[in-house]
Amino acid sequence: MATLDYPLDRPIRRPREWSLSTLFYEWVATVDHKRLGIMYVMSSIVFLVVAGLMATVMRIQLAIPNNHFVAPDTFNRMFTMHGTTMVFLVGMPILAGFANYLVPLMIGTRDMAFPRLNAFGFWIFLFGGLLLYFSYLGGGGLSGAGTAPDVGWFAYSPLTGRAFSRGASTDYWILGILLTGVGSLASAINIIVTTLTMRCPGMTLARMPLFVWMMFLDSYLILVALPPLSACQIMLLADRFLGARFFDTQMGGSAVLWQHFFWFFGHPEVYILIFPGFACVSEIIPVFSRKPIFGRPAMVGAVVAIGFISLGVWAHHMFTVGMTSLSNTFFAASTLIIAIPTGIKLFNWIGTMWGGRIRLATPMLFCLGFLFQFLAAGLTGVMLGVASFDWQLSDSYFVVGHFHFVLVGALLFALFGGMYYWFPKVSGKCLNETLGKWHFWLFAIGFNVTFIPMHFAGFLGMPRRIYTYEAGRGWEIWNLISTIGVPIQIIATALFVANILWTYFKEKEVGDDPWDAWTLEWATTSPPPVYNFEAIPEVRSSRPLWDLKHPEDPDWKYER
Amino acid sequence: MATATLPPVQQLKQPDKGTVGIICLIMAESALFAIFVVAYLFYIGKSLNGPYPKDILEYPIWASICLLSSSATIVMAERALTRHRMGGFKIWWAITILLGAEFLRQTGIEWYRFIHNLHFTVGTNLFGTTFYMLVGLHASHVIVGLIFLLLVFGVTVSGFPIATQERRVKFLSWYWHFVDAVWIVVFTVVYVIGR
Repeated sequence: MATLDYPLDRPIRRPREWSLSTLFYEWVATVDHKRLGIMYVMSSIVFLVVAGLMATVMRIQLAIPNNHFVAPDTFNRMFTMHGTTMVFLVGMPILAGFANYLVPLMIGTRDMAFPRLNAFGFWIFLFGGLLLYFSYLGGGGLSGAGTAPDVGWFAYSPLTGRAFSRGASTDYWILGILLTGVGSLASAINIIVTTLTMRCPGMTLARMPLFVWMMFLDSYLILVALPPLSACQIMLLADRFLGARFFDTQMGGSAVLWQHFFWFFGHPEVYILIFPGFACVSEIIPVFSRKPIFGRPAMVGAVVAIGFISLGVWAHHMFTVGMTSLSNTFFAASTLIIAIPTGIKLFNWIGTMWGGRIRLATPMLFCLGFLFQFLAAGLTGVMLGVASFDWQLSDSYFVVGHFHFVLVGALLFALFGGMYYWFPKVSGKCLNETLGKWHFWLFAIGFNVTFIPMHFAGFLGMPRRIYTYEAGRGWEIWNLISTIGVPIQIIATALFVANILWTYFKEKEVGDDPWDAWTLEWATTSPPPVYNFEAIPEVRSSRPLWDLKHPEDPDWKYER
Repeated sequence: MATATLPPVQQLKQPDKGTVGIICLIMAESALFAIFVVAYLFYIGKSLNGPYPKDILEYPIWASICLLSSSATIVMAERALTRHRMGGFKIWWAITILLGAEFLRQTGIEWYRFIHNLHFTVGTNLFGTTFYMLVGLHASHVIVGLIFLLLVFGVTVSGFPIATQERRVKFLSWYWHFVDAVWIVVFTVVYVIGR
């Protein structure tokens, strides 16, 4: 007798009573992983819009030479807050949100391992983020406009020392990020423990969805890479408040040590951010190609390999500080080696599509965009990994173009795909396809118009983080094109937000499993009840829903 | 019926939640300490002015004996707990607390000598910076451990059936062992290599 009936009876929904206490219990006191996941994603979308508007201001400032749209100090604060927000308040929480919502559903359990720790992680992240933004009021006292941090998102020493960074703005940067780091650590521990101890019967590690695998390895990376950031932030705090000398060059301290410590966190962080992208794509492409993922073990192996190698590549951010040629060679080699597992993944995704019956719905479109742009991002990454090439282009707009291709072109596209794919799971309604396709095409065009020219500006020698530039260096046209792409991206993002609101309030429900998918999260109702599953499911293959829908030809006959 | 031919579902043997959780916590803490240890090693011999380690550091032999033997006494306490000998548990647990407190007292004496008598502070030179931060980070972990040890002791003497919480006592003792192991590293780095 199968213990999982499909489709399940819909749970009884009581009419909602809106009052302050229900709001409090539903949204503030909740320890439900789904609600926390939604809150993570929603708050990171808010931060995404804020940081996106900062980017818009910076692009306007750089559109033409000798522009004075904003003051130089404001510009410095903008790129610092933009980078810090995007990495720590958008990327980290959105991955925690996706993982929180989906991991327990995908492994067939009713909640995370430590629900209260989970809630703690969310709130400490949110208040850490608010603390960072409070610097606009409190950074320099309430006199004047207030100051936000202006030391760049990697806060290079000695710029962050007391002598060069007066007032409290840098302290807000340190403390805000220290707190969000605690939150990320809490959610990472939770994901690891949930994955290792709470899988439903039959869900061996070999059958676990790739999404869960990648979030698991992502959490492992957070676990080993994030505490070093906390450590060097504690050192910086000691320097600023206790008079310690860690990064005080006049007392023999080393500014380069900060760079080593920061990038020892900073490079794994890039993989921490991109793994959730891999995770979404690895779930979406098979479903929309109507084929199981190609080369599953190789896929997992590749992520494991990236997870280990990425801990040994950090100094490729530092080729220009004057390391020994042995170090340069080592870090160049390890950086190039990481391209191999990454390439394996790309080929596996293409192999999954090969010969499949591809449905070009919006989630799949975003995944295709991801594949192209991730390839481009990876190739410029390989170029920058060659030390001698990096000497020419380090700290130029080429680098800016490269990492925006990774974080926007790859990660954000994959996450948009994931949002289109799992929105019916969260709300019971499919996002509007027409608006979705407009969103995709406008965003793809706007993105490429903005970020491709940055590579050329970088080739022509334009350094990153400059406030303005003189005419006649050949940078004008590329900067102007870059800025033209921005409104296109804004329109696309506005369409996305409008789509969410329209769908949520106006569209009809589409049933529990609109994509005809195979993983366990679609085995329960959409949206899932608080307890997720009426009966804990049992799994016999890596595509449990395929087995249920096709009892005449189940996967478990062919899988070991 | 197709269901009749379904193969049996593999029942999984999965580890305990708390075990994995505490291992994760210890991994993260190790990463935190590793950076401070690397900073210490990196700055050995780079101080521009005295005092230098060999001038003032003395081997904290007694403190080390106290802390390391507290790892043994906490194991004795756990053993007593699993055999439901509450008297033995309380005695061994109290000894563990006393040994940890004595370690902290020794650190306090050392720091008092440095700061009050020798005016050697965190800002004196790189040695001071890395010394106080690394040893202080470890000492703060000892303090956290002591607070939890005292908590367990307090609820036990006030009659709480601590035997029901054997799992959690085990996790606390793992944390305590971790703090001890870190001390071995700190001792080696600061008092042996650093001199």
